[in-house]
Amino acid sequence: MNGSRWTMIVLIAVVTLFLVSWAIKSFPSSGDTISWPSIRHAFFVTLAAFVTLAIFSFLYKDNPYYKFAEHLFVGVSAAYWMCVGFWSTFVGNLIPRISPGLSKFFGVPYKEFTFYYFVPLILGILLLMRLSSKAGWLSRWALAFIVGTTAGLNLIRYLRSDFISQVSNTFVPLLVQWKGTGAFFSDFSLASGGQFTLMLTNWVIFIGTFCGLIYFFFSKEHKGVFGAASRVGIWVLMITFGASFGYTVMGRVSLLVGRLTFLFDDWLGLMN
Amino acid sequence: MKRKIPVIITSLVGTVLILSVFFPPAERMGEDFSIFFDIIAVFAFFLGGGNLVRIHGNKIYKKARDWGFSAVTLAGFFLMLAAGLFKIANPGGIAADVTAQGSLFQMLYDWIFNPLGASMYALLAFYVASASYRAFRAKNKEATILLIAAFIILLGRTPLGVYATAWIPEQFSLMQIPNLAIWIMTAPNLAGQRAIMIGIALGVISMSLRLILGVERTYLGTDNE
Repeated sequence: MNGSRWTMIVLIAVVTLFLVSWAIKSFPSSGDTISWPSIRHAFFVTLAAFVTLAIFSFLYKDNPYYKFAEHLFVGVSAAYWMCVGFWSTFVGNLIPRISPGLSKFFGVPYKEFTFYYFVPLILGILLLMRLSSKAGWLSRWALAFIVGTTAGLNLIRYLRSDFISQVSNTFVPLLVQWKGTGAFFSDFSLASGGQFTLMLTNWVIFIGTFCGLIYFFFSKEHKGVFGAASRVGIWVLMITFGASFGYTVMGRVSLLVGRLTFLFDDWLGLMN
Repeated sequence: MKRKIPVIITSLVGTVLILSVFFPPAERMGEDFSIFFDIIAVFAFFLGGGNLVRIHGNKIYKKARDWGFSAVTLAGFFLMLAAGLFKIANPGGIAADVTAQGSLFQMLYDWIFNPLGASMYALLAFYVASASYRAFRAKNKEATILLIAAFIILLGRTPLGVYATAWIPEQFSLMQIPNLAIWIMTAPNLAGQRAIMIGIALGVISMSLRLILGVERTYLGTDNE
């Protein structure tokens, strides 16, 4: 059997399965009569199941069904973000400040006419000039505004939250609930909320952050004491990467469980 | 004109936003500029959509290889766009929220966009598993540390981790795998994350300064563009 005939057989089988699934799902399980909402719901459930299986078919190898789902995702997601941006930002923030007529048309409360809100409108239109080969350079003005805003906002934001506050939070007391050496050794325990654990946590945070930063300092050769601290920094970073990796795996597996639950419960109804 | 004006715009906007933090009357300007940014970003979405139509439209027009899939992209794009922009089947009409339940836009989101996105990310679970096989070979000290940390975090969030070390007395409860996983997250992981965050912050601050002072101009591209 040649390749194209085999492809055609698979395609017919997939289409038939889709139609059969749609027809079966259209009948309400409670014995009610078939209705337009149940037909529509059945179509979308079947479609969701088929696109899910199409994506998973990539585990076998790259194939036209995966490509179909992939291309559909690209188109749908581009339009989704365009629509959300249009309604939430363009209509929500711009229209109420430049046009009472359009505010009424879109059903958004008119705020007050603010002439300088034409600036982002003009810059936005200039950004679209990127599509033109002759006037493409005008889009740089809008890009420059985006870059300037990002730079201005990020400089303050990162300085405050990711630099000053993180450095400040690293300076933690290294002796916690301290009542003397005798009391420390007599009450010593490895309980998760105990004094030793709290102290160990603070020591690890202080030394770990310090050594991690030393590892990122490339202006001095990593030799001697500096090299040893850098080595500890690598170990701390490896623990961080290991923890992040563990969390990523769990997140992906949880998504997989979600999709399998959808297939076996919502679509096939095997989990009742 | 082509390069000087964009550099002036970047410097001016960046400086105004920094000054708005120090001078309360300019605070309003900082808020407005943030909204301007969001509005221009919407046009960037339109630009992305326009580019998508141009590229896939060209592929269909020229009947290039796999042009049929480009048709699928455009069909999905225009269907979602029409459903969203015209609020088709939206129970509240044009004034209602675009994501209102029952609207075609929300149905396409629930039954196409969401399943596709979730399946795409779920697919990575399999590839992460094969990557783990390669990464989790304790070839050296660093790889072994990574392996142990990941193993404890994974085990600490499963019932097996709870049962395996439930026998450890309360006095040594830090050694119970779920508690150890929490401790790793709150101590060494936090230290590592903090070192990375401080490093990134320093990088962002210096890059922002370079942009505002007009030293960094690579975002303008070349004059040929």
